[in-house]
Amino acid sequence: MNFIGYPSKLRGFEKHIRVEKVSRRSILKGLGVSGGFVLAAPVMSRQALAYETGAGKMPHGVVVDPRVFVSVGPDGIVTIVGHRSEMGTGVRTSLPLIVAEEMEADWSRVKVQQAHGDEVKFGNQDTDGSRSTRHYLIPMRQIGAAARTMLEQAAAKRWGVSATEVKAVNHEIVHSASGRKLGFGELAADAAKESVPSIEGLKLKDPKNFRYLGKGQIGIVDLHDITTGKAHYGADVRLPGMKYAVIARPPVTGGKLVKFEPEEALKVPGVEKVMQVRGWPWPSKFQPLGGVAVIARNTGAAIKGRDALKLTWDDGPNGKYDSVAYRKELEEASRKPGLVLRKEGDADAALKSADKVIVGEYYIPHLAHVSMEPPVAVADVKGDKAEIWAPVQSPGGTREDVAKTLGIPEANVTVNVTLLGGGFGRKSKCDFALEAALLSKELGAPVKVQWTREDDIHNGFLHTVSVERIEAGLDKSGKVIAWRHRSVAPSIASTFAAGTVHQAPFEIGMGLVDMPFEIANISCENPEAAAFTRIGWFRSVSNIPRAFAVQSMVGEIAQATGRDQKDMLLELIGSPRIVKPNVKDLWNYGEPQDSYPIDTARLRKVVELVAEKGEWGRKVPKGHGLGIAVHRSFVSYIATIVEVAVDDKGKLTVPRVDTAIDCGTYVNPERIASQIEGAAIMGLSLAKYGEITFKDGKVQQKNFDDFQVVRMDESPVVTNVYIVPPGPDTPPSGVGEPGVPPFAPALINAIFAATGKRIRSLPIGKQLEA
Amino acid sequence: MIKVKINGQEQSWDGDPDLPLLWFLRDEAGLTGTKYGCGQALCGACTVIVDKQAVRACITSVNDVAGREVTTIEGLHPNGDHPVQKAWRQVNVPQCGFCQAGQIMQAAALLMDNPKPSHDQIREAMSGNICRCGCYQRIENAVHLASTGV
Repeated sequence: MNFIGYPSKLRGFEKHIRVEKVSRRSILKGLGVSGGFVLAAPVMSRQALAYETGAGKMPHGVVVDPRVFVSVGPDGIVTIVGHRSEMGTGVRTSLPLIVAEEMEADWSRVKVQQAHGDEVKFGNQDTDGSRSTRHYLIPMRQIGAAARTMLEQAAAKRWGVSATEVKAVNHEIVHSASGRKLGFGELAADAAKESVPSIEGLKLKDPKNFRYLGKGQIGIVDLHDITTGKAHYGADVRLPGMKYAVIARPPVTGGKLVKFEPEEALKVPGVEKVMQVRGWPWPSKFQPLGGVAVIARNTGAAIKGRDALKLTWDDGPNGKYDSVAYRKELEEASRKPGLVLRKEGDADAALKSADKVIVGEYYIPHLAHVSMEPPVAVADVKGDKAEIWAPVQSPGGTREDVAKTLGIPEANVTVNVTLLGGGFGRKSKCDFALEAALLSKELGAPVKVQWTREDDIHNGFLHTVSVERIEAGLDKSGKVIAWRHRSVAPSIASTFAAGTVHQAPFEIGMGLVDMPFEIANISCENPEAAAFTRIGWFRSVSNIPRAFAVQSMVGEIAQATGRDQKDMLLELIGSPRIVKPNVKDLWNYGEPQDSYPIDTARLRKVVELVAEKGEWGRKVPKGHGLGIAVHRSFVSYIATIVEVAVDDKGKLTVPRVDTAIDCGTYVNPERIASQIEGAAIMGLSLAKYGEITFKDGKVQQKNFDDFQVVRMDESPVVTNVYIVPPGPDTPPSGVGEPGVPPFAPALINAIFAATGKRIRSLPIGKQLEA
Repeated sequence: MIKVKINGQEQSWDGDPDLPLLWFLRDEAGLTGTKYGCGQALCGACTVIVDKQAVRACITSVNDVAGREVTTIEGLHPNGDHPVQKAWRQVNVPQCGFCQAGQIMQAAALLMDNPKPSHDQIREAMSGNICRCGCYQRIENAVHLASTGV
């Protein structure tokens, strides 16, 4: 039993707060000049803000230093560092925009510079967990305010007036008493000599004076480049003398190469070399699986060469993994008691005495990320130095892992972060960059390792597979008096530690033990499940199966008691209150409970808002149905209504989606809308088609023909997004992931309303055709 | 020696004539705007225009385009101001952006063929292009905008 023990190597869990030594120098050499000036983490104090976050507990914490993040050129161009990875959320725009807002910089004179992987310098860079805005809103404001203060001090000195008499206004410092003005560029050199103001003394802008934050008028910084083919992804890196590689990896997780015959591959025009790649035994975190690499003058030749390889594998102990048999095991486990993680009242007794018990056993299979850019990386290793170019969500972790893999100091590794052609959690694992580093070292030349789509599907870090069994006991009046939820699924922790059979705190905290309903008798259990392939984070993670199960069950209870889904949902959520589940060390997305409690008032609010705006209860045509679901994840609250249409052949379309999100204080509502629109499509994809299956230890799907995702002709006709206006002190919360979980159950509830068919197993596939 | 005109410039290739155009463009000609997404003509990320028609560069060999004119995203408009590109920016279509060159080339080819497509025709014509981020609603709106004047 190891669910309590954190996997020893898990990033973000293996490390505790590292407090950097504070060294202050009163004289600065220049804005943007990096020095040993790193503020202690966590930087946020009660004096500076109304809430705390878990930012300081992330590896390397937070760095608040204007000289690290901001530079001002004599021409007035302000360069702001974006230190998080851009995979489509807009973070490369929104964090620098926060700095620009506080600086009073004119956005049209701002350039964004992507940070390389260096967490001592920039603070934590793991772009995952829907954390960027919630961890960096205040630090970025502080950085901007500090830079603005330095510019104001410089101007005040130049004019011989008090700094309190001058003010930054749109890229200038003005002295209104005398009408004097100086541009940022004219002050840059002097401002660089000013001391960095203390965080406690900073004056943050009054939000009512914001020009950019919360407005949604700013397009992403890469918009022009993306539309003209100039945007630079990992796949687009080209170096002089660079070789192109594709790798044949073991078809079964943990399999080993027995022998390879390179002769035919070497006959392919353009193929230069065939070589073995070192692999690590499973499980080994993000280390490469090993295999055989084909090195060529272009990717096409490398792929053709790989097709011609003759390979013999030993499939190893996972060679019997079979999804049909495994599902049965999970189902059986879910019908027996498991490790009890949350216990309130006596669910067993209450279920026995209940007037009616409703049982739902819900299944969601493995899913693959299939980001449009498959994993790809370029490495140039020379002696004991390595330079990497890669689309990674974990620039700092990649740097650490490259250094360890090559046995060189971390300081000798440079990780250049390109744009990511989608991430969804796949690119939090840097195995592809490690492969490139190993090959480059051996070849003595720069190498690009390109994964094909088949590689991506066959050798990924899949979303878990789970059975979620819920039993709800009702009394005579139809009130729910008992709730037993058993979740059985292989854990992500199994990718870090052999023998893992229980889910980790960060998985059980995603919709299992934090279930917010007001029910007297609750039991949340986790029976054992072993893993037979690599399991990893997939956008929204365990919230996908949990929201599907819990919110489907709400629909089932409404169905059994003849009540409206939304009314049933609000009744179960119960009174506005802070939910404090009886769970030891409840995991709360890494956030303190004080700042981010489970607040049913906010949960109710998104249900009520989406019901109002989404016209819940409206009359829909025959064959159509409405479904609703709500879920709290990544400390945000989100509710979705789906209108579905099912024709007499069972063909499903989605005429309309309405979603309300409460993500607290927000930066860019336009990007929030785009994330929610996209989440609906990802939710529809997984509900309709999403399934990776194994037979004889091998993934049976290979490309977009048999692992389908939703295309435009079947995507929701319209997705409307409503954002709950934040209170003055509401902390920011997640946006990238929360949109996905409520979609599938809202759809499934809608399908029931339309057809009377209750789907408990995803994907829907052909179930409606019967 | 195969000769092909790419974005108005003559290029030649004396390697494997079966090399997919995609890898010729990206790795040999250095035109990386055209993307690899599947290699099987399933996702449309590699869409280019050959003699006014949208084709998937991943299953088209260099030999197939010998003597023909290939337009990639880099050559769609000298300043990136093709109506489709402008509409894309106006509607803030992209999230990660990786599939967008293929989407834009497909949309440009659609409008050459059918300057005023209906919403259904847009959805139909664009459904060979996958966007995993899920920008479809905006793509549809941008194509419509491009067809009605940006």
